[in-house]
Amino acid sequence: MSPQEILERLTAKFPDSAFGIEAKLDAPVDPFIKVSPQHIIEIAQFLRDDDELQFDFLSSLSGIDLKGKLGVVYHLSSLPKKHKIVLRVEVPTEAPEVQSVESVWKTANWHEREAFDLFGIRFTGHSDLRRILLPYDWEGYPLRKDYQVPEFYNGMKVPY
Amino acid sequence: MSEIITTPPVSSTGRTLRTEEMILNMGPQHPATHGVLRLELVVDGEIVVDVIPHIGYLHRCFEKHCEHMTNYQQVIPYTDRMDYVASMTNEFGFVVAAERLLKIQVPERVDYIRVIMAEFQRIASHLIAIGTYGIDIGAFTPFLYCFRDREKILDLFEMTCGARLLYNYMWVGGLSHDVPPDFIPKAKEFCTYFKPNIKELNDLLTYNEIFVKRTANVGVLPADVAINYGCSGPMLRGSGVDWDLRRDDPYSVYHKFDWDVCVGKGEMGTVGDCWDRHIVRAREMEQSVRIIEQALEQIPEGDVHAAIPKRIRPNPGEVYARIESPRGELGYYIVSDGSATPYRIKARSPAFSNLSVINEISKGAMIADMVAIAGSIDIVLGEVDR
Repeated sequence: MSPQEILERLTAKFPDSAFGIEAKLDAPVDPFIKVSPQHIIEIAQFLRDDDELQFDFLSSLSGIDLKGKLGVVYHLSSLPKKHKIVLRVEVPTEAPEVQSVESVWKTANWHEREAFDLFGIRFTGHSDLRRILLPYDWEGYPLRKDYQVPEFYNGMKVPY
Repeated sequence: MSEIITTPPVSSTGRTLRTEEMILNMGPQHPATHGVLRLELVVDGEIVVDVIPHIGYLHRCFEKHCEHMTNYQQVIPYTDRMDYVASMTNEFGFVVAAERLLKIQVPERVDYIRVIMAEFQRIASHLIAIGTYGIDIGAFTPFLYCFRDREKILDLFEMTCGARLLYNYMWVGGLSHDVPPDFIPKAKEFCTYFKPNIKELNDLLTYNEIFVKRTANVGVLPADVAINYGCSGPMLRGSGVDWDLRRDDPYSVYHKFDWDVCVGKGEMGTVGDCWDRHIVRAREMEQSVRIIEQALEQIPEGDVHAAIPKRIRPNPGEVYARIESPRGELGYYIVSDGSATPYRIKARSPAFSNLSVINEISKGAMIADMVAIAGSIDIVLGEVDR
């Protein structure tokens, strides 16, 4: 299915504007569909279980700093149908809360921990939201654009 | 897989012994974890109840570094250092993504050379995987056979770009330089030499009684669990899922070659056990040789640089491109804001997702089997931690 058909199927199922479905199909290179962070789990569930869509494989889940907003980008693909789609949610930097999709795709567990670790995005409903790549006592979220490299780590001067 | 034993052990005098769960650390300095991985095992006697992996010991801030580059070409040496036993495929993934973002088409000769290099790299990487897996299980000799053959591939790489491990060979829009004139005959010579060695390696290790006993029916990963956990590459194919990005989401010139996707069939035990993952790697080496032989026959003449500006400034936009690395789906998510500095680069590394399933497949296994399970995932910590 083309991104256009996937979008049509999605809007037919979720016509309410609360789901915030908005597509950038004319975006250069990769088109993506924006959805509401409060409803991502229902949409994810539908995308996985629908017979026509069958998005059973979450390739990648990445955080992104959109200057003032934080985003989460989901790259989905379907093994039986061989099509792909990109979903995106956007949340304000002050209150970055997104529903966790761990219950739909288990691989999201580690990917969401990574997005939490590097961007400070909080995934509600996540079973084990700890830092994954950085030390457990690290302060701050390094991939945010306004991140300042700390001068000290545990009382030790960080040489630069 | 062994069942969790719930009845406590009884001494020879008939006294019931008290059992308790305890925590055992495997790694970060442990030869069987293939790098700096720490597995926190919750064990009940010899039986593993829970596995909590701790990663990040080799985190080198790849994504943060990329945001401070002044040119897309500068990212390539960093990609080399992610999966340091398969650097060529890492570069390949990045240049495919960057070229898709820039909407440029590279000359055909470049694509052929890239495929040849990537397949040689796959053989070299699988040789390491198989050799070290043998050591994990207790077979030392196959390791030496594997490294002998891998050296010959590294010689070919050295002849091409001067480096044996970290190449910086594939550039956005082409290659650093063309292959030397005697590369093609030498590569053909290697293929002829290597084909019988795969059989020899299988006789020595794959069908060895002890090896089969240690790996068959151990760490069984069912297909639906593998898909749900985002496993890819030999890990997914070992579970019987017929999925290979070289065929199912084609990039470069893979559609021009005739080859087969190898899947695990549970020949020695259950579909998706450690032995199946191993045999998929062994058979993929044969298929890689097939691809290389065809590519060497068909390779066209021509230039190895596409006409691209010296300073690359892609239009604002984003791209996610994925390739089949020796370990699975290697994806690069690149966001450009129109400047020469990448706005955001994320590497989706296959070993990261593959490792996340370890808890699921090792519950109820013996501690000794943990070594077999961890080895069969074929992780490279440089890529897990990036």
